[in-house]
Amino acid sequence: MWAYAVRRAAIGVVLLVAVALVTFVLFFATAANPARLACGKNCSQQQIKVTEKALGYDQPLYVQFGTFMKGLVVGREFPADKEVRERNPELVTDCGPPCLGYSVNVGTTVNSLIVQAAPTTISLAVVALVMWLIGGVLFGILAAVYKGSFIDRGVVGLTLIAYAFPTFFIAVFFLKYVVIKWEILPYPGYVTIADGGVFTWFENLLLPSFTLALVFMAGYVRMTRAFVLESLGEDYIRTAKSKGLRTRPVLFKHALRAALTPLVTMAGLDFATLLGGAIITESVFAYPGLGLLTVQSSSSFDLPTIVGVVLVAAFFVIVLNILVDISYAFIDPRVRLG
Amino acid sequence: MSDQKTPGSSRVGLGKRGASAPATGSGSGSFLEVRDLKVHFPTADGLVKATDGLSYTVERGKTLGIVGESGSGKSVSSSAIMGLHRGTRAQVSGEILLEGTDLLRLSNEEMRRARGKDVAMIFQDPLSAMHPYYTVGNQIAEAYLVHNDVSKKAARARTIEMLDRVGIPQPDRRVDDYPHQFSGGMRQRAMIAMGLINDPGLLIADEPTTALDVTVQAQILDLLQDLQREFNSGIIITHDLGVVAEMADDVLVMYAGRAVEIGTTNQIMTKPEMPYTWGLLASVPDLAGDPEEQLVPIKGNPPSLLDPPPGCAFSPRCRFKEHVSGDLCTTQLPELTSAAGATHVKRCHLTDSSVLKQEQPA
Repeated sequence: MWAYAVRRAAIGVVLLVAVALVTFVLFFATAANPARLACGKNCSQQQIKVTEKALGYDQPLYVQFGTFMKGLVVGREFPADKEVRERNPELVTDCGPPCLGYSVNVGTTVNSLIVQAAPTTISLAVVALVMWLIGGVLFGILAAVYKGSFIDRGVVGLTLIAYAFPTFFIAVFFLKYVVIKWEILPYPGYVTIADGGVFTWFENLLLPSFTLALVFMAGYVRMTRAFVLESLGEDYIRTAKSKGLRTRPVLFKHALRAALTPLVTMAGLDFATLLGGAIITESVFAYPGLGLLTVQSSSSFDLPTIVGVVLVAAFFVIVLNILVDISYAFIDPRVRLG
Repeated sequence: MSDQKTPGSSRVGLGKRGASAPATGSGSGSFLEVRDLKVHFPTADGLVKATDGLSYTVERGKTLGIVGESGSGKSVSSSAIMGLHRGTRAQVSGEILLEGTDLLRLSNEEMRRARGKDVAMIFQDPLSAMHPYYTVGNQIAEAYLVHNDVSKKAARARTIEMLDRVGIPQPDRRVDDYPHQFSGGMRQRAMIAMGLINDPGLLIADEPTTALDVTVQAQILDLLQDLQREFNSGIIITHDLGVVAEMADDVLVMYAGRAVEIGTTNQIMTKPEMPYTWGLLASVPDLAGDPEEQLVPIKGNPPSLLDPPPGCAFSPRCRFKEHVSGDLCTTQLPELTSAAGATHVKRCHLTDSSVLKQEQPA
């Protein structure tokens, strides 16, 4: 099992390098000259040349990528050009490993931007995950047990309606009615647990997370319903009933357990994607997470930040994938990872 | 129905089995009495009459073999005894008297309490019949814990005892194995242990050897025979006449949801009175017989239960219907009438069954 985990981690590292290379090449080889962007609108050719050299964009692409990868492993200092650093020691910014780059636009390392934004996104994703798992699985079971009845149709129909509305619509709806008109909840703004305690943290996350959860809930209701229905038709459910088990253990111990594998797979991947940033939800609620960072860096052509965010998102997806695969061994005894 | 007639008996209103006094209404000696059992499934295409007016009795301490092709209603009717059609669309009617108590009139909760305790069932494919994610011991102990107020430790001890009884080697270690770590024969042994852990009065074995290798089949049959003393009465569902010959005291032959012949095993095996039974016997190879002898297959397919043929359901495939005058076979459903001897009944218009004997195989 550990050998398996190590092997998967090694493959994950290779994958990350590949993702880094592709994003790096795609963005830095574009027509947009990062030095011109960094320098500003009224730059002379001369100034652009200087900026290019200071930021290291005068080097060939493979050298730039090499420097970037080296920074990821051992860290580096900015500006990229050694001469500039020596001449202006007051400008030097140290960027420890894993150094993701330096955002000229913001004037700080990409790492510090991500470290700032990540807790917001992680909080949002975790609370949303818990909400949609509880809601999706419970309603899914309900729909499966009462298959064909009005409960089934009602649950599936309602979640589909929620699913059909675009996220930004739901988000704006909540803001306009729940917050502004009915004043049920305060206007959500991210508060860390350290600053405001668990309750304030959660209260502020309630609306954005619920908005996110609603989108995923429909899928989980349908999936859970299908998986539970499938496992309810299995022979071992008949055996469980034949033993004289009550309905609840038949449902939760026997039927749901079998439906767990596909649910964990889906939840792991959806959660991983969310950790890369919930762009729409974060934008509407002005939540300073990775999603908002992505939007801001994209609109301002902040290339180092874009590459950094993409890498972090890819990292979450790869790690969650490995965790999901390892979790199979705990869920299904027939899976023995070797 | 009343609860717990006998003080000290944990059996739910069904009286104690064995030497103690039987519950009211079962003085005749029949342990299980099924009367006019109908199991119908409404489908989009119409009503499927999987079991239609089935009646039989299982005497105390005896084993009944139910024989028939796939879809003849043998499993469906037995699932009705277990109450497994409850909560589905199936329409079940008739009476199923277990020691005088009509199982069909029990509430869902009463039926649940009887399940696994008064009637237990083992299934065809032990691999799919066990949950792949739980240990064998967990699943067997679960059956004991639900009917007995004992500690998990006691249930585990009882489980190991049962595994030992059904011939699992090193039961104290294998109890923690998962089903996939067992061989097919061991899985079926474990299923038998699960079925018998509460000393049920009636054990229904639904094709217990069909999914197993031939050598293992023999072992499982031996085990079931050894254990026959453990349970009061048994029903063994099979399409294997060899299994019936070995296990059953009486035989019920089913065709298209109805009983077509009932008799003692000896009567059915040696003097079949109904052409379908005759056909079943004629299609089995006889190892001791003449190797040149041709097997006689039953031509055609089982009838559709949605739209059964008029008259006798077997008539389209029957090779003896020209011996019946007129078109009786295709117009009128024959009644179950007594054949040779009081315990032997058949559903056939043939009055002179000697025509079967003339073509009697081997």
